[in-house]
Amino acid sequence: MEKRVVFSPSPLPYLLVLPQLVITAVFFLWPASQALYQSLLIQNPFGLTTEFVWFENFAYLFSDPLYLQTFWTTAYFSAAVAALSLGLALLLAVMADRVVKGAAGYKTLLIWPYAVAPAIAGVLWLFLFNPSIGLVAYYLKAIGYDWNHVLNGGQAMFLVVIAAAWKQVSYNFLFFLAGLQAIPKSLIEAAAIDGAGPVRRFWTIVFPLLSPTTFFLLVVNIVYAFFETFGIIHTITKGGPGKATEILVYKVYADGFVGQDLGSSAAQSVILMVIVISLTVIQFRFIERNVHY
Amino acid sequence: MVENRGWLTLLSHAILLLGIAVLVFPIYVTFVASTSQMRDIIQPPLPLVPGSHLIENYTAALTRGVAQAAGSPVALMLWNSLVMALAITFGKIAISLLSAFAVVYFRFPLRMLCFWTIFVTLMLPVEVRIVPTYEVVARLGMLNSYAGLSVPLIASATATFLFRQFFLTVPDELLEAARMDGAGPLRFFKDILLPLSRTNIAALFVILFIYGWNQYLWPLLVTTDPSMNTIVMGITQMIAPSEDQTNWPVVMATAMLAMMPPVFVVVVMQRLFVKGLVETEK
Repeated sequence: MEKRVVFSPSPLPYLLVLPQLVITAVFFLWPASQALYQSLLIQNPFGLTTEFVWFENFAYLFSDPLYLQTFWTTAYFSAAVAALSLGLALLLAVMADRVVKGAAGYKTLLIWPYAVAPAIAGVLWLFLFNPSIGLVAYYLKAIGYDWNHVLNGGQAMFLVVIAAAWKQVSYNFLFFLAGLQAIPKSLIEAAAIDGAGPVRRFWTIVFPLLSPTTFFLLVVNIVYAFFETFGIIHTITKGGPGKATEILVYKVYADGFVGQDLGSSAAQSVILMVIVISLTVIQFRFIERNVHY
Repeated sequence: MVENRGWLTLLSHAILLLGIAVLVFPIYVTFVASTSQMRDIIQPPLPLVPGSHLIENYTAALTRGVAQAAGSPVALMLWNSLVMALAITFGKIAISLLSAFAVVYFRFPLRMLCFWTIFVTLMLPVEVRIVPTYEVVARLGMLNSYAGLSVPLIASATATFLFRQFFLTVPDELLEAARMDGAGPLRFFKDILLPLSRTNIAALFVILFIYGWNQYLWPLLVTTDPSMNTIVMGITQMIAPSEDQTNWPVVMATAMLAMMPPVFVVVVMQRLFVKGLVETEK
């Protein structure tokens, strides 16, 4: 789509786009190309010599069991976060769509966790599940379950999944509610007249019609779990115990800033870029189709 | 509602209330902890009614902070967070308005190149290119400064796209009328386009403010000087490695303070928030 009427040619538009172009070039294009270039280099541990090695960093990463393990951890983590937060949000949205009285109040009370920073969400859940002083940990111990996420990898994963899903429920809830309200009431009424009960109506009419929203949210949730949960992991587990909760983004940080292995970290950044770009393309293609639908 | 089933409505309310209780529970416990004494916290279980040390804990946090975070007072961190969030918000809105205006209302050589250069930034969040971006900022001597905290995060295309989409829906007749009355491009931008974009700017403000306030990894890297810490990253430095030495009442008071501004913005400007959320995801 283009404008039919425009202003006459002048140097003005260059001045107008200049600020954004300069910022993009300095803080985006330059670093991104640096990452691409560095991913092809190996620096010795003291930073004195640098060698150009083509794709050796990538070859090394994909033969490194620790890195492949991180891939699985990330896949498991994002699947769990997406499933938990989407399921919970869908349940709440269906209920909020049903009630007439107090719907606006429920909505207000359900959307605010979106505004809580991931790192703060991490602190809140860490406090609840702290093995020595946490309230939930205390009651878990009282009923005979030994909670210690500092030592137990499975429990640590459970805790970061809960914290990440907790924060994302609001977002999913809003989009599910909007999707539900867009479904024509006549369809539901027709099914009700034909004698379909609420559960049957949900699974045969509402859920299929909601599938574009669900798919969109699935992609958004995976992107969220991949990239925005750094604060949660860093505050609750720092990737541990062992490497039980080390996801890809955390490893880029750990190898680049803590381990100072710049070549490997840059190669990991490039791999992540490829993942984000493919997720974005999937999302765009899906939205394209959805517009004509 | 299609049909009236009393028990189902009751069940809906019950599930919603239960859901809200689960969402609120961590915040409530945080609030209780922020009003208690250290003694109550280290002997679990924590009582479920607020304690009597609210003013004491919040004053301690705001004015003195805790030793682990180099005694950096939380009032200063709140100020740093506010400056960073507002700089990101206004910076993004300003440069996006200008570039969207240029791309939509002018035809100039290399227009599509400019457009695509901006477009690629849509794809990569800062977490992904964190190491090289840090190096660039360090080389420019922008570590431990407000500019270093905010400017690199301004490079993003979301807002530019939003304004471009909106400008395309503005009727051409407005431009024709303005030109007939002798208004130049800048006059048209200031007197017609900006007032029309008010709602969009406000909706974007809400989303970007939350985005800016909640930044964690970037401030963690760019600020080494405790006096430049933002509250979201500062709080994690208040938690001592051995958790029994952490001053939990003050840390939890800080957590409450860190959550308040963005939550307040969302609750008060709920309609704009929902609009912003839906439009930035398009």
